[in-house]
Amino acid sequence: MTFSGWLQIALVLIAVLALAKPLGLYMARVFAGERTWLSPIVHPIETGFYRLAGLRADQEQGWLAYAFGVLAFSFAGFLAMFAILRLQGFLPFNPQGFGELAPDLAFNTAVSFVTNTNWQNYGGETTMSHFSQMAGLTVQNFLSAATGMAVAIAVTRAFMRSGATAVGNFWVDMTRATLYVLLPLAIVVAIGFVALGLPQSMDASFAATTLEGTQQTIAIGPVASQEAIKQLGTNGGGFFNTNAAHPFENPNAFANYLNIIAMLSISTALVYAFGQLVGNRRQGWALIAVTGVLLLVGTGAIYWAETSGNPLLHAVGVDPALGNMEGKEVRFGQAMTALYAAVTTGLSDGGVNAMHSSLTPLGGMVPMFLIQLGEVLPGGVGSGLYGMLVFAILAVFVAGLMVGRTPEFLGKKIEAREMKLAMLAILILPLVILGFTAVSMVAPFGLSAITTPGPHGLSEILYAYSSAAGNNGSAFGGLSGNTPWYNTTLAIAMLLGRFAYIVPVLAIAGSLAAKPRLPGSSGTFPTDRPLFVGLLIGIILIMGGLQFFPALALGPVVEHFAMLAGQSF
Amino acid sequence: MFNQIRPAIVMTILFTLLTGLAYPLAITGVGQLAFPAQANGSRLERDGVVVGSALIGQDFTEPGYFWARPSAAGDVPYNGAASSGSNYGATDARLVQRVAGTVASLGSSPVPADAATTSASGLDPDISPANARLQLARVAAARGVGLPVLETLLGQMTETPMLGIFGEPHVNVLALNLALDKMAPMAR
Repeated sequence: MTFSGWLQIALVLIAVLALAKPLGLYMARVFAGERTWLSPIVHPIETGFYRLAGLRADQEQGWLAYAFGVLAFSFAGFLAMFAILRLQGFLPFNPQGFGELAPDLAFNTAVSFVTNTNWQNYGGETTMSHFSQMAGLTVQNFLSAATGMAVAIAVTRAFMRSGATAVGNFWVDMTRATLYVLLPLAIVVAIGFVALGLPQSMDASFAATTLEGTQQTIAIGPVASQEAIKQLGTNGGGFFNTNAAHPFENPNAFANYLNIIAMLSISTALVYAFGQLVGNRRQGWALIAVTGVLLLVGTGAIYWAETSGNPLLHAVGVDPALGNMEGKEVRFGQAMTALYAAVTTGLSDGGVNAMHSSLTPLGGMVPMFLIQLGEVLPGGVGSGLYGMLVFAILAVFVAGLMVGRTPEFLGKKIEAREMKLAMLAILILPLVILGFTAVSMVAPFGLSAITTPGPHGLSEILYAYSSAAGNNGSAFGGLSGNTPWYNTTLAIAMLLGRFAYIVPVLAIAGSLAAKPRLPGSSGTFPTDRPLFVGLLIGIILIMGGLQFFPALALGPVVEHFAMLAGQSF
Repeated sequence: MFNQIRPAIVMTILFTLLTGLAYPLAITGVGQLAFPAQANGSRLERDGVVVGSALIGQDFTEPGYFWARPSAAGDVPYNGAASSGSNYGATDARLVQRVAGTVASLGSSPVPADAATTSASGLDPDISPANARLQLARVAAARGVGLPVLETLLGQMTETPMLGIFGEPHVNVLALNLALDKMAPMAR
């Protein structure tokens, strides 16, 4: 670990914090339906969309109708994407002449992008036509993110309102999220990316004659436009097989900073917007502090593990000075690789700039654990905020139990119904992750996909289901996941992780919106102070993390001690 | 409930047209006009022939060139149309054997970590300065160039962190070899 490494980490995080307030205030205005400086251009498009869709912008929905809107829109997006992938061979912008995807792979991929997961059981440049990348993947990069933001805003409204039956209009929230936030930012970031070296072309590839006289085919395409929304929408589905480790997705240190800042800023700013909208900015900062503490600890742990290197390789003649370089790129170094790995898994981004499978055992355990914590650090755009609010509700409940008072959060009484729904949402992750992992570890069709023997094999499967259920999308790439069993069960894990979480969360929103907003009294537990920050960190670690400890002990922890003992498998 | 089917269909179509076609095509237009070199893959030409991309590594095996890192891309090293890492875990015996083999072939020990490990993309264009220095003697002998001259060239071609903070020290192998060919052409 070096001083300049930590300085880079600090500067990137400071840039994100600096953006949180202006971007958060802007989003608060957008979702309150107020005019912004983009309104003169965007408002006519927005109203045109409503007219064609037969919508009235001022007509609000109850939580159930809102949830149905989320499901209907996601299902329509799934159908469109599945059709595009299955008909790829007949569609335009296909200079490589790729044929259609197999049904199970198309199903997995369509679910993956609609749920904001972006798990990729295929190599982008060897599978997807430009049309599929643009009209399929890029579209869902926007819309799945906008859907998450809409749900988060609906939950936010539940805290703003008293005795209300409605939580907003899904179609309006989703449209505003796309037109006012995601699309303008994507245009700016995409142009920045082209300037930094990302290709943006309708050609498939170009041929080069290397200095030694051999032929090299170099794949290009509309990369920058996809990379921009991939990060802003915390999607993580790369244009190329190796994602943001590919020099065309992430060519240099500055592109790497922009990648990290782009993926962190909307989620962080949305937490600030929450504070602004509920009339308590300190609450926003308190939740951001929780995220910041856990992300910094995670980054530090990966950084330490990776610079310590792999003693098995040191024993056969590798100099430990550079740390573990297998599966890493020279231009990023250990600090920016560690920060990227922590951020992409603390968020539900899932893009990678190093191969997580080749991280050291503990260096790879941290990203997996960050996913298992429930993707709230600060989580996917939208999904992170509503996930964090579920944990906050649990935290005030635990605090209430300790002093024997009915728990309150931001003036709303938390009662049996909210607690049941919150636990339903929280328990879906361990159920899906550990359940499918257990089956895969004993069934031949599960075990056959493991390419690495020993404890790393368990890690590969555990990581896969954690990533799918957490809607993250990063992978231990050693797992050959493109089989009917994994394509199907990973898709089910993604669906449950997304929608079996969203529906209870919206039900909580409906229930809270109907309650009166009580003024705080001297007996109210303040939720915007360091004490609450500490409590919430504890709740996240215990409720989110502890269930996974036995599995982690058998995978990465065993592998770590095997590595130290000089054993390979 | 049924009144949400129309918006579901209409919004999917409208946003596909806007974000799936208009947006990427507009960015392509801007990119091609404002940054044509980057937008088309940062191609490098020599004598009118495209010899590669400034951002994508290529395979070097001749002793007179600096060698890039081992590559796990596709079926051949540095396959620019099929990026891939090895995805070997840290305790994978295949990893340890492969690295031991690479170290043995380099003929000295210990070697800088990047010289014996595959990159994440399989297309890493860079090597560490230590890795480049390790190869100086071999290249100098093969080219018949003095070591100090090569050291000077390497110093010029080493990219250091901007302001001492931003980025990692690295050497772009293709750029270094192009400069080498220009300075001391190999007899072919």
